Amino acid sequence: MTIEWSWISGHAGDLAALTVSHLQAALSAVFFGLLISLPLAVVAHRIRPLRGFLLGLSNVFFTIPSIAIFVLLLPVSGLTRTTTVIGLTVYTLVVLLRNTVEGLDSVPTRTKEAATAMGTRPLRVLLTVELPLALPVIMAGVRIATVMSISLVSVATYIGDGGLGQLFTDGFQRNFPTPVLVGVALTLLLALVADALLVAVQHVLTPWTRQKRGA
Amino acid sequence: MTICRPGKGQLMIQFDAVHKRFPNGTTAVHDLSLDMPEGGITVLVGSSGCGKTTTLRMINRMVDPTSGTIRVGGRDVLQQDAAELRRSIGYVIQQAGLFPHRTVLDNIATVPLLLGWGHRKARTRAAELLETVGLPAEAGKRYPHQLSGGQQQRVGVARALAADPPVLLMDEPFGAVDPVVRTQLQDELLRLQKELSKTIVFVTHDIDEAVRLGDRIAVFRTGGHLVQCASPAELLARPADDFVADFLGAERGLKLLSLTTLADVPQGPAPEGARWELVLDSARTPLGWRDTDAPKDAPLTPVRPLRDTDALLSALNEAVASPAGLVARVDADGALTGVTSRDDIHIHAGRAHAEASVAA
Repeated sequence: MTIEWSWISGHAGDLAALTVSHLQAALSAVFFGLLISLPLAVVAHRIRPLRGFLLGLSNVFFTIPSIAIFVLLLPVSGLTRTTTVIGLTVYTLVVLLRNTVEGLDSVPTRTKEAATAMGTRPLRVLLTVELPLALPVIMAGVRIATVMSISLVSVATYIGDGGLGQLFTDGFQRNFPTPVLVGVALTLLLALVADALLVAVQHVLTPWTRQKRGA
Repeated sequence: MTICRPGKGQLMIQFDAVHKRFPNGTTAVHDLSLDMPEGGITVLVGSSGCGKTTTLRMINRMVDPTSGTIRVGGRDVLQQDAAELRRSIGYVIQQAGLFPHRTVLDNIATVPLLLGWGHRKARTRAAELLETVGLPAEAGKRYPHQLSGGQQQRVGVARALAADPPVLLMDEPFGAVDPVVRTQLQDELLRLQKELSKTIVFVTHDIDEAVRLGDRIAVFRTGGHLVQCASPAELLARPADDFVADFLGAERGLKLLSLTTLADVPQGPAPEGARWELVLDSARTPLGWRDTDAPKDAPLTPVRPLRDTDALLSALNEAVASPAGLVARVDADGALTGVTSRDDIHIHAGRAHAEASVAA
C-alpha cells in the first residue's frame, strides 16, 4: 500500500471541505444531544422511577443499527444532513444522558441544602450550584460523545453524506488506498484536536478544580 | 410537656405546640412549646434522633411542622415565602457546607447577591466579614478546599452573617474540627456575639459545648420531647430528672464550677521561706515553683498562673497540680497579684455549688 502524495495535494480543497462537513455533523449531534439530555437528566435525577426508564431507553437507542435508523428516517427527512444528525444524536444520548445524571447525583446533598437554606430558589440552585458542580462529569461525557460522533459520521455515507467517510467508499470502489488512509488520518486528527479543545474548555470552566490545597 | 418561657425580654422565636411527624411515621418533635429571647444563645442539646436538628430546621422552613405555629419576630413562618424567610435567617451547617466551586469571597456574598445588592456592594461586605471572623484578606480569593477545617467553619459563620440577619441558626457547626480549634471557634463565637447580639439557636450533642456557649440550654430526649430548659448553672445544679442528670454526666458538679470565676476568691501574699518558692521574672510574671530542698540547678516545677476571669474549675485543677497547693494569681498583664490556697478554692467551689442549687 503506497500513498500517492500528488493525489492529496491535488484534492486539498475537497479534503478541507469534507473535514469541515464531517466536523459539522459530529458537533451538531453533540449539541442536540446535550440539548435533549440536560432536561431529561434533570427529570431522571429528580424523579427516581423515571431514571431507570430513561437510561434504559437511551441504551436501547444505542443498540439500533445505524442503517436501520437511517432507513426509518428516510420517509421523514430523506437523504439529507438532517437524517445524519438525527441518527448521530440518538447515539450520543447513551453517554450524555448517563453522565449528566451521574454528574447531578455527584453533587453533595449538603451543598444543595446549603444553597436552599440560604434562600436560593430551586431553578437557581440547579443553574448556579448543581450544574456547575456536575460539569466535570458532564464534560467527560461530552468528550466521549464528541470522539464517538466523529468516528461515527462515516456511516452516513450510506445516505450520501458522511463527511470524510466518502473517502472510504471512493477508495474502496476504485481499489485505491490513498483516500482511505487520508480519511482515517484526518478522522483521527479531528478526534484528537476536538478532545484537546474540550479539555481546554473544561479547564477554563472549572477553575475550582485546578488550584491545589494551600496553593 | 415541658413549656419553656424565659418570661423576660423580647421574644424572637416562639414555638407553640409544634409537632412534627415524618411520612415514615416517626415523631421527630413532640408538642414543643419553646420561646427564645432576643439576643441570647439558646442551645438545643440531646443525643442523635432527639429532634433537635428538626426543631432548628423548622425555624427557616427547611422542614415544615405537622401542626402548631412557629413565629420569628412575631410573624408565623408558614405565612411567609420560604426563600425570602431563609434569606433573613443566617444558617451555619455541619462541616460548613460551603460551595466548592465559588471562591471564599463569593461564598460569603451568597445571600447579599440573592437580595440583589449588586456585585460590588456584596463583595465589599464579604471582605469586611472576612476580617470580622479573623481570616486574612487573601483567603477571599481561594476556594474552600484550600482552607483548613477551622478556616472553612469561619467562612461558614461569615456567610451566615453576610446580610446581617437578626437570627442565626447553627447546626453542630464545630462538630467536625479538632478539640483545640473547636475551643478557638467557640471563643470567637462568644466574642462575636458580644459585639453583634444576634438571637442564636445552636444545636449540639456535646454538653460541654452547650454549657460553654448557652445562655439557655434546652435538653431533648429521643422521640422529640423537650425535657428541661434552663440556664446552664440551673441545669447543672438541678437537673429535672435522671435522664437529664445522666446526660450531663458524672462530672456535672465540676462543670458547674466552670461557670463560676475566680474573682471572688480571696488571695494572700506569695509564701517566703517555705519549701516551695515562686520564681518571678523582672515583670513579676511567675516562671515556676522552686523546691528549696533540691539542688540549686534543679529545673523549676511549672506553674500556670490564673486571672480573675478564669473559672473556678481551672483553679481547682491548678491547686491539685501545684506542689505547694497554691494557685498563683496574676492581673491582666500577667504580673503576680498573690496566691490562693487549695482550701480557699475548695470552700468557694462548695459555696458556688450550694448557691446554684438553691437559686431560683
